[in-house]
Amino acid sequence: MSKIKPSQGAPYARIMGVGGYRPTRVVPNEVILETIDSSDEWIRSRSGIATRHWASDEETVAVMSIEAAGKAIADAGITPEQIGGVIVSTVSHFKQTPAIATEIADKIGAGKPAAFDISAGCAGFGYGLTLARGMVTDGSAEYVLVIGVERLSDLTDLSDRATAFLFGDGAGAVVVGPSKEPRIGPTVWGSEGDKSETIKQTESWEAYRNGAPDKFPAITQEGQAVFRWAVFEMAKVAQQALDAAGITADDLDVFIPHQANERIIDSMVKTLKLPEHVTVARDVRTTGNTSAASIPLAMERLLATGEAKSGDTALVIGFGAGLVYAATVVTLP
Amino acid sequence: MAATQEEIVAGLAEIVNEIAGIPVEDVQTDKSFTDDLDVDSLSMVEVVVAAEERFDVKIPDDDVKNLKTVGDATDYILKHQN
Repeated sequence: MSKIKPSQGAPYARIMGVGGYRPTRVVPNEVILETIDSSDEWIRSRSGIATRHWASDEETVAVMSIEAAGKAIADAGITPEQIGGVIVSTVSHFKQTPAIATEIADKIGAGKPAAFDISAGCAGFGYGLTLARGMVTDGSAEYVLVIGVERLSDLTDLSDRATAFLFGDGAGAVVVGPSKEPRIGPTVWGSEGDKSETIKQTESWEAYRNGAPDKFPAITQEGQAVFRWAVFEMAKVAQQALDAAGITADDLDVFIPHQANERIIDSMVKTLKLPEHVTVARDVRTTGNTSAASIPLAMERLLATGEAKSGDTALVIGFGAGLVYAATVVTLP
Repeated sequence: MAATQEEIVAGLAEIVNEIAGIPVEDVQTDKSFTDDLDVDSLSMVEVVVAAEERFDVKIPDDDVKNLKTVGDATDYILKHQN
């Protein structure tokens, strides 16, 4: 048997830069109220959402990703050619093959990196981040671009008063690279496939093609079941991620949960008993729920507004359709 | 030890007060959570989880929608508590 040389990577990994893209069109609740019987007050009290961004025809999954990636690469202080891996998490790119990651890698001038898409719903950013950390530390790539991007407006049933106001579009990206110190903690992640009906696409593409439903497929969810799982089960996962990183809530500066709904965020903060000094991301108010894009978008905004700063310790947790989840502690870029 | 009906109503009143800010004395068995007490569907989940902990009972999501009034919840807990 021949001896095989092992792959050698960096001792640790870190997030080096973050970037986001929000579509130009801002959609206030008044627009949503044109198609559902509700009120601005009702929507705000149930979700915290006042406005969201909806992409135009020109703001494709690729275009938004390229914008966000460009900012993240500049923020990381590297050049596109140095990128050795591109991971794109999305559920709303409507072309099965090839992976959109390859087009994005090419358009940003990354050369010939490993490039692939993943599907992990609203936990997609944490899944991508975990893969990227592994790639950097095992030597598969020196720098990895992780993009969460969604055009959920394409999968929204505007006549459904339970979900019409929830979703938004956008892209968020980070560059993960080598580090001398651990800057991304252990990931606590998993799936609960027995709850796959809780959040789902109404009909399969196959059924739609065959004419079964008269409506274009959309994302639907069982609100109360999702709320209970997100708040109470995910609070346990968040605590496990803190424990795994060897810190307590007192050591945290920032909490960036998936921006699903502000009520979930409020309830998680209460359940986790986060101290007052912890800054909590509430980007959902003006961005809506952008699934895989929500955590990097919220991270970028907190850093841009000065609510968080480089070097801060942040707990990030994503959770969603699958059901799937991923939580980890990171140092902000 | 299993809670009595009075203890459950009093306990629910405290929970509803803490979660929705409704005065304890307003939480009576004939009151509807949504129509009378202004407990919306998401707050209801918080009430249910708090009640589960307090009374050592499991209330699955499918049963939550049947708990319209404080009396419904009290009866459910009386019947299912360990």
